[in-house]
Amino acid sequence: MRSSRFLIGFLLVALVIAGGLSYFASPEPDGLDSVTLNGCTVTETAEGEQLDGTCIAQNAGEHQLAGGPLADYAVDGRDGTTGLAGVIGVLVTVLVAGLVFWALSRTRGRGVRSGGG
Amino acid sequence: MHVAMHMSDGLVNAPTALGFGLVAILGLTVAAYQARADLDERTAPMAGLVTAFVFAVQMINFPILPGASGHLLGGALVAILVGPWVGSLCIAIVLVVQALLFADGGLTALGTNITNMAFVGVFTGYAVARAMRPLARRSRAGLLTTSFVAALVNTVAAALAFVVEYTIGGAGGAGLGTVFTLMVGLHVLIGIGEGVITAATVGAVAAARPDLVYLLREPAPVVRTTGEGVAP
Repeated sequence: MRSSRFLIGFLLVALVIAGGLSYFASPEPDGLDSVTLNGCTVTETAEGEQLDGTCIAQNAGEHQLAGGPLADYAVDGRDGTTGLAGVIGVLVTVLVAGLVFWALSRTRGRGVRSGGG
Repeated sequence: MHVAMHMSDGLVNAPTALGFGLVAILGLTVAAYQARADLDERTAPMAGLVTAFVFAVQMINFPILPGASGHLLGGALVAILVGPWVGSLCIAIVLVVQALLFADGGLTALGTNITNMAFVGVFTGYAVARAMRPLARRSRAGLLTTSFVAALVNTVAAALAFVVEYTIGGAGGAGLGTVFTLMVGLHVLIGIGEGVITAATVGAVAAARPDLVYLLREPAPVVRTTGEGVAP
């Protein structure tokens, strides 16, 4: 398979997963989250979640960027926007990572290995 | 809905968070230096897409027990596809994007999250995959088995790294024995899911472009003139 076709296919798969399959993700806390909450009771309050009891997360703080436009994988906190948030995330990630790896590959010749064999 | 997939702020005390922040900075510096040898015009775009793929798949929490889910960490996946140095940068980029853009994973917890998933997860996964490489090269079933086992081990190793951090400077009141048992138990189950996703992904890439699978390439993809222990 040609490189460009393969890479575009790979990106499309990532977009479909983040944009569509994400709606079917389990809403339950993940392994780490459930362990850090083990022993505490979680109460939803107007200011967010309140933890009572003894658990790993008893002193956990609210995320400093919890009010951000894509916080909690939703656009402006609106329901049903997980897919859009995911698509934005994939595009931002591929841009950032692409830039980082392109820049690193550009500096490769300097001292890492000899150029042509 | 509250979505958190990674350590939030305040699970470990400030000195511990700071210490692992320094570990992350040092480790990423070394990784960036070493990764250059594995990046060229063919592998750099692949590394960018693998990073985006990990971001996407991490959104997909799968149920493991009533009240608990799991999601891909991606350590073995990236190590097998793009190598451990580039791979650790992939995972770190995902974690930074998630923390800054999606408020997932505390800012002061970035050092611990990067240590657990980008370093411990990636390099443990790579060590297992590397040890099983003869099997991985023998047949498709061998490659899938290698991917599965490496991913299962990387998940449990990353969970153990959290237990170590909590032992060093945990800020909560939960007992260590319970934390250890729960973390390992749950992450063995999550590791099975991680193994299935990793095997399926590596299998698909290997079917289309085996030359883009780092683990399957000949001993070293490039001639290394510096002999410092980079040996993949």
